[in-house]
Amino acid sequence: MASITIRDVKKSYAKSQVVHGVDLDIASGEFVVILGPSGCGKSTLLRMIAGLEDISGGTIAIDGIVVNKLEPRERGCAMVFQNYALYPHMSVAQNIGYSLKVAGVPAAERTQRIQAVARTLELEHLLDRKPMALSGGQRQRVAMGRAMIREPKVFLFDEPLSNLDAKLRVQMRSEIRKLHRRLNATSVFVTHDQVEAMTLADRLVVMNGGRVEQVGTPGEVYSRPASRFVATFVGAPAMNMLEGTVELDGLSLLGGSRRLAVQRAGLAVGTQVAVGIRPEAVRLVAPGTAGALDATVDLVEELGAGRVIYVDLDGASFSVMTSEAVHPEPGSTVGLRFSPDDLHFFSSDTGTRIEVFKASVPEPAL
Amino acid sequence: MEKRVTFSSWTIGILFAVPQLLLIFTFFYWPAGQAVYWSLTLQQPWGGGNIWVGLDNFRSILSNADYWNSITASLVFAGISTGLAMFIALVLAALTDRQLAGSRFYRVVLIWPYGIAAPALAMAFRFILAPEAGFMAVVNQVWPGFWDPGLDGADAMASIIIAFSWKYVGYNFIFFLAAFQAIPRSLIEAAAMDGSGVMRRFRDIQFPLITPTIFFLLVINITESFQDSFGIVDIMTSGGPANATNLMVYKIYSDGFKGLDYSGAAAQSIILMLLIIVLTIFQFRFIERRVHYR
Amino acid sequence: MVERTPFLNFFTHVILFVGFVLCIAPFVVVTIAASHNLKDVNDVPMSLLPGSDFWLNIKTAWTTADLGPKLLNSFIMAAGVAAGKVMISALTAFSIVYFRYPGRTFIFWLIFVTLMLPLEVRIVPTYAVVANVLSPYQTILDLTGLSWLIEKVSGVQVSLSLGLLNSYSGLILPLIATATGTFLYRQFFLTVPDELTEAARMDGAGALRFFIDILLPLSRNNMAALGTIMFLWAWNQYLWPLLITTDQSHATAVTELKQLIPNVGGIPEWNIAMAGTLIVMLPPLIVVVAMQRWFVRGLIATEK
Repeated sequence: MASITIRDVKKSYAKSQVVHGVDLDIASGEFVVILGPSGCGKSTLLRMIAGLEDISGGTIAIDGIVVNKLEPRERGCAMVFQNYALYPHMSVAQNIGYSLKVAGVPAAERTQRIQAVARTLELEHLLDRKPMALSGGQRQRVAMGRAMIREPKVFLFDEPLSNLDAKLRVQMRSEIRKLHRRLNATSVFVTHDQVEAMTLADRLVVMNGGRVEQVGTPGEVYSRPASRFVATFVGAPAMNMLEGTVELDGLSLLGGSRRLAVQRAGLAVGTQVAVGIRPEAVRLVAPGTAGALDATVDLVEELGAGRVIYVDLDGASFSVMTSEAVHPEPGSTVGLRFSPDDLHFFSSDTGTRIEVFKASVPEPAL
Repeated sequence: MEKRVTFSSWTIGILFAVPQLLLIFTFFYWPAGQAVYWSLTLQQPWGGGNIWVGLDNFRSILSNADYWNSITASLVFAGISTGLAMFIALVLAALTDRQLAGSRFYRVVLIWPYGIAAPALAMAFRFILAPEAGFMAVVNQVWPGFWDPGLDGADAMASIIIAFSWKYVGYNFIFFLAAFQAIPRSLIEAAAMDGSGVMRRFRDIQFPLITPTIFFLLVINITESFQDSFGIVDIMTSGGPANATNLMVYKIYSDGFKGLDYSGAAAQSIILMLLIIVLTIFQFRFIERRVHYR
Repeated sequence: MVERTPFLNFFTHVILFVGFVLCIAPFVVVTIAASHNLKDVNDVPMSLLPGSDFWLNIKTAWTTADLGPKLLNSFIMAAGVAAGKVMISALTAFSIVYFRYPGRTFIFWLIFVTLMLPLEVRIVPTYAVVANVLSPYQTILDLTGLSWLIEKVSGVQVSLSLGLLNSYSGLILPLIATATGTFLYRQFFLTVPDELTEAARMDGAGALRFFIDILLPLSRNNMAALGTIMFLWAWNQYLWPLLITTDQSHATAVTELKQLIPNVGGIPEWNIAMAGTLIVMLPPLIVVVAMQRWFVRGLIATEK
């Protein structure tokens, strides 16, 4: 078990910089998920921890020892790859035991440890098979076994579930979680799937454009997104964003067609902001209800347990998630109502969260 | 194309290439350089090293009627045998690709000739085409004196062309068939749905799509006709009669090793090298087009 | 596809059959001629019914051209070239694909150029090198003044000499010195997923370990294809063995065929010649038939 300390880590290639100074502390035994869209630098960061990529700047330390110049094998990390990267010509047992063979562990001990790992992962009956003859889920398990057998200080996961079908993914997710609870090894898990991220993480790191946008528990990241990017990236359907301008007595939304009465704390009149509201925080009410915004229904998506209703708010698209038994017809008018406490404000320039507003109820423009 | 993942210890990396580098230096670059040096010098009759003669060797070769005769013979040989071997192979491959009953069998058998050593098949054809025994003897019985590769230069040339083409039909067949089979089945089916028949499809779809293979084989066949012909010539005609089949590589061999004219042979080698380099460059110009179709 | 083309199908069958006959005829004629006695083989027209002297002719050809040792020589040469190619090309391709070192591109081109010039066109100087394989190095020492220096310092006159004429090394090494196999491996290595390399590195394997444990086993198909094609190519070599085996002890079966060309005077012993031809063409034919898949694959892959 080990802690990981990342200080101002940068990665640049000949033409472009893909990681811009990342700082991160991962405690011993913690399960950290790095979440972000493709190309955000999350895999690069993981691979720098693994030693598969050179570090262009800054330091990475495992258990207080700077590992920048150490080879992968000297760092005590194990990795599970996206496409598993099983050696196609070796049996399951050989795949799992390869690292021990390289390390010169005697055959008898090797067999014993392979057996133990196989038992944990329920792979015992597959040990003589080649990867070709395995299903996706089984390959995934072999890849896990290969990482586990070395009893590494750190587990690294590079989108390991993205090649599985939806059902298996849910199953493997809980297995990984259980495994972590048992081994309690420091784990870093990279994914672009927010459900995966939310369910697995002790702590979530949201990355975008080579920078860390927010670090926090899944609950924190969801309820208090630190930036406009995090707000729209975490949560499905994505948070609604309405552009607004600060006025003397509140905000004007959507080019002035709607108004929001808020206490303007410290922001100059004319400042552009973005107002966010989660689809699941909006309630549908009868059109014309006082304090609600009226909108036209575009499309209703049935999810079984609930519905996502896409409405048109003066030309802006807006979504509402509801589990109530309402089925508005496309083209009809509905009222949208939400609590002022559920509003998030972000600077239009920098995208960072603004905490200074105190919201009151929105009022329809006249 | 490049690997994203590499090993950092580059001294070890170079070590892996050392055996190959030693070999090609000793047996390729040094001799090639030596050939250039010899072609520009003349060996003294009683030892005492080489004297520099500049382009004299080339001048004397290029003013030699025998050499021009050798070039003409080589080009005639290359032209006819390449045309013959490629045309027959193309027809056979196209027909085999129709996958009628028995096509699997043809696919196996038609490639056998390429496995045979040139001298061995030359021996077989020397017998088959012998004027006094074998099969051409029958023709000679009907028309006395019709066929005699030992005396008639044209007959000798025809003999080596037949032998060479027989082998390279097998070679070309392999490539043509592979090219035909690389054409997506859906393309053929789409053309069939568009109402085009078998012949039409061949002309409009399959033939245009294999043109890269045709260019590629054209170059390979010509180059091989310079090299692989040696065994055939040596066994069947020894360059005769009257130098009618004295192809370039054969002449280099006989001038260099029989006539001991190293400088002349080296100069001829250089000319042949240039010829092959030009052909190869020509071929690489078409590589992009080949890739484009895949 | 439903397609009614009876005439075209008929012609397809006819032409393919003619092609088949032309392809197979030389083999048949050689076999039949090898079974006749001296009189029958020179009959015009020769009978296409096999004679009874097949084994006798084979035996005569075998002893006349001393084919036993010659076939062994051929086999040693072909196997040596195939094995050498398969190993050396793999090493080189590994070097130029999996490492980044200064001059790598230069080395790549150095090797690439060797594809252009076949041995046949540079036989004369190559022969001279093989006569003393250390002569390039001697010349370099002489030209750079190093031999003079060594002689001054140690009193030893530098005279490097190692003749490879009439040796298996002389037969084999120059035939290995081309890039054919290197590019076959290179193409294959480029398709090996990077993750496998990374997984091996995470498992603690270094370059050599990865090469032996992962890359070579994965290359088995390529090795089989390259080995097959190189074996055939080397077996069928003629000019090179002819030149450097001035002594009978290292001559190959293919070069010995010449011994069997019937003399001009007297009745030509075509039956013996054909029996010898059959013996010489049989081993590569067996390889082609038995290893058809690798043969075709190797041929297409090495040329592209």
